[in-house]
Amino acid sequence: MAKTNSVSNKLASLADIVIAAANKKRDPAIKIPVRSLSNVRFNEKKGLIEMGGNTQDRTFFNVAMAKKFMQTMLVADALSELQKAELTTSLREIYYRTKHTMADSHENTFDTQDESDPIIEDLEVGLEALREELHVRAENGGTVIGPLVLEDDGDRVDCAKLGKGGYSVPSIVEEDYVSIKKCSADFVLLVEKGTQWNRLAEDKFWKKYNCILMTGNGQPPRGIRRLTRRLHEEKKLPVYVLVDNDPWGYYIYSVVKQGSINLAFESKRMAIPQAKFIGLSSADPEKYGLPRNVGIKLNDKDIGRAKELMNYPWFQKKEWQGEIKRMLSSGLKYELDALANKDFQYLTKKYLPKKLSDKDWLD
Amino acid sequence: MANEKKPRPAGKTADEMGKQQREISVSEFFTKNRHLLGFDNPRKALLTAVKEAVDNALDASEEAGLLPDIVLKLEPTGEGTNPAPPASQATRFRVTVVDHGPGIVRQQIPRIFAKLLYGSKFHRLRMSRGQQGIGISAAGMYGQLTTGKPVTIISRTGANVPAHYFEVQIDTKKNEPLILERKEIEWEKHRGTQVSIELEGRYQKGRASVDEYMELTAIANPHATFTYHAPDGETKVYARTIHELPEPPREIKPHPYGIELGMLLKMLQDTKSHWVSGFLSTDFSRVSAQTAEEICKAADIHPHKRPRDVVGADGERLFKALQATKLMAPPTNCLSPIGEQAILAGLYKQIKGEFYTAVTRPPAVYRGNPFVIEVGLAYGKHPELQAAQPLVKKPLAEGEVHEGEDDNELARVIRFANRVPLVYQQSACATFKAVLDTTWKNYGVSQSRGAPPAGPMAVMVHMASVWVPFTSESKEAIADYDEIRKEITLGLREAGRRLGVFLKRRERAAGENRRRNIFELYIDEVVAACKSLKGGKLNESKLKAQLLEIAKKKTGGEKTDELLDKKAGPHGLPNSIIVTAEGVEGDVPASVPPEGAPEAAAPAEAPAPEPAPEPAKPTKKGKPAKKAKPAKKAKPAKKPKPAKKPKPAKKKGKR
Repeated sequence: MAKTNSVSNKLASLADIVIAAANKKRDPAIKIPVRSLSNVRFNEKKGLIEMGGNTQDRTFFNVAMAKKFMQTMLVADALSELQKAELTTSLREIYYRTKHTMADSHENTFDTQDESDPIIEDLEVGLEALREELHVRAENGGTVIGPLVLEDDGDRVDCAKLGKGGYSVPSIVEEDYVSIKKCSADFVLLVEKGTQWNRLAEDKFWKKYNCILMTGNGQPPRGIRRLTRRLHEEKKLPVYVLVDNDPWGYYIYSVVKQGSINLAFESKRMAIPQAKFIGLSSADPEKYGLPRNVGIKLNDKDIGRAKELMNYPWFQKKEWQGEIKRMLSSGLKYELDALANKDFQYLTKKYLPKKLSDKDWLD
Repeated sequence: MANEKKPRPAGKTADEMGKQQREISVSEFFTKNRHLLGFDNPRKALLTAVKEAVDNALDASEEAGLLPDIVLKLEPTGEGTNPAPPASQATRFRVTVVDHGPGIVRQQIPRIFAKLLYGSKFHRLRMSRGQQGIGISAAGMYGQLTTGKPVTIISRTGANVPAHYFEVQIDTKKNEPLILERKEIEWEKHRGTQVSIELEGRYQKGRASVDEYMELTAIANPHATFTYHAPDGETKVYARTIHELPEPPREIKPHPYGIELGMLLKMLQDTKSHWVSGFLSTDFSRVSAQTAEEICKAADIHPHKRPRDVVGADGERLFKALQATKLMAPPTNCLSPIGEQAILAGLYKQIKGEFYTAVTRPPAVYRGNPFVIEVGLAYGKHPELQAAQPLVKKPLAEGEVHEGEDDNELARVIRFANRVPLVYQQSACATFKAVLDTTWKNYGVSQSRGAPPAGPMAVMVHMASVWVPFTSESKEAIADYDEIRKEITLGLREAGRRLGVFLKRRERAAGENRRRNIFELYIDEVVAACKSLKGGKLNESKLKAQLLEIAKKKTGGEKTDELLDKKAGPHGLPNSIIVTAEGVEGDVPASVPPEGAPEAAAPAEAPAPEPAPEPAKPTKKGKPAKKAKPAKKAKPAKKPKPAKKPKPAKKKGKR
């Protein structure tokens, strides 16, 4: 595959950096883009978080960075090995693959996985290679159910015929791995929590409203985000996001919509700028008559996080400022599960139908 | 039945009460209050008995001008005719201490060992281990109380006189010795005393054990040889490392600031002077004839008044005048500190470490009593020990750390008063409090709040004084006088500062070394990864050589090499020893006596002139005896070059 070769070449270029520097008697340096809020900017026109141009030199002959430099080379080597063998692997396996005790010392190349994971992200960003292209997969972190037919490794997967459990979405869902064969749905509903997804699946919500139900069990993993994006892009499906009413729920929505700070460079392949926030809104408790006693008091962390969100450029819309302010002034957060206070099937039978028919969502 | 209240018994009359009132003998008192003397429990009792006997033996030898050579033997014994159980289960022990000292004249033997408060040390103001004359007879009494066995003594004062054998007990009512057996015997020793007490006790190793006590005693008395036969059959010999006697302490008269009113009144009655002024100037130190006149004037007492007549209000005025008069501090030549070299010798011998230092403070005074504080410090793990343990290389699993890296052992505080180890009541002792209050973090040693510093470290504090203020009769903790505390703190700070200098230097050297090593280690990894990334097409050795070249340049190259090899030594640290894998730096004591040095145990045939050191001429430090090579090392000790100051490290590689 041509694509594989290009990644291989990118990885090999790291070795070239070392060799070239050694020839010039210079300290080898790898440029790693800075992955923090300071180096992202919000592209209002595209509705995406994009990475800025700040990079940091990771040099070898610097006591503070020497080990990281060495580790980066080891990880690059392991990734290149994957390319050659045409295998995919997990973050944890990369850690084990690259761990060994150096020469006749007591020192291990890596002590914990916490050291190797960020290096993989560094390379992903630094080499502008997607994680899928690097053949590194995360755990299957989410599920899908609905009128959708996929082909995975030559197997036909009809997501409408998988009972209540649905299809477990792999972390790599690029066309080469998973292709969309058929899709007759009208929209995609991405649910934060597995419990609420189960409720909707059990109630066959997707059948009645002809939609695709997805969940990422919390912050949606890449596979879910990428598949949702593909459905949105290739099948022109609108995407609605259903999360808890708390700062973390808002942030999950924003990651789906505009991308994340940490992996800003993936936004252009992952983000869905047209995604809508369907709930739970801080206006809903009043609208739907949720009693105050099913709310949860915001703690200091919640309040701090909410204030941070209000400062992000992509939360500057008037509606969003109002939404967050309303939550702060009520002092309460609400879980999706709290809807069960009214009726077990309130979400399926009343809440979502009303929201959809009223077009009651935030952009 | 009607419950009639019984009439209260009629009160006693003064006559009846008078019949019940009688003298309490000191011995009876201590029989009931044996915890006051350190015989609270069997384990402690065994230690106290050993301690008293060893203290006496040391004091006797030194006073006679002999280098002490002391043998301690502990044997488990059975009750009655039963065979002795093993040491760990035994409840009875025979403690035998043999000195090779001057011996005791026959007439005094019973009273020394079987009469409480009888001794030579109480009445004088002079630094010695024992103070009250209770110790050894109390140990004997405890033995008598718990086993019914008498104390047996053998003593001989010279090769030409016979040895005397005694079995004595104490008459606890009269506080008088009872002689059970007395005879002349053949004894293989030419001179010395052997005392043997059988008592109830328990033998256990570890903290506050006899073993620890012997180890500590050897540290504080490097001029003595100890042979310790432990109850489990082991024998340890602590050989002497200093081959001269410490300067003998001298007796002084009391200083006016150190006495109380009652004491003054008693002295007024006992004095041989005819005039008050004469009494003041002759019976006290630091009171001249002129000062005496001034004091009398201030007290409004005629200088020629008879001391015996100064009583009541006069006495009180005199006391106040004495306290109010400005006087010179008492003389301090009565003290015999261990000395920095000897402390180093003791620590070096008994504790395996990397760094040793010793500080002897100048004399100071509390309540009219002169004293000297000495601090010793041993730090680190001896290179031999370091080498012995962790060389077994095994790859570390996740969550594992290297052995020894995660231990948070606390420093050991070892305390001495007049060369006697203090093993109980550590936290009540001024020395321990001073160790806690010292900010060890300033010297590169970690320390949690309210705890001793952490690390492989032993801190030794010694107080030498004519009168050590103990918090109790069993002499376990030094009382917390401000003046004493201040001296201890100053000593600890000085020792700590030196440790800090050592640690910083070592760290710097290690840091440079580590930088270099890190790069060398990582270069291999990076080269291998590059080769594999290039699909095997790479001149490995060329890349490696190039990278090594850069590494050398970045870490300061040859300059660093020089720094590592030559500049890590112990320059400018007085009275310190540094032990490294390459050798030992500093003045290290020898365990072999230098030629011609006086040996106490040897001259049995020639009992005539004992080579007692001249008290007038202070022995100079740095005699050949102390400049010897390290005992076990093959390589000679590296001599530090104090003339050349270590150049500050020049430009290093960029950080």
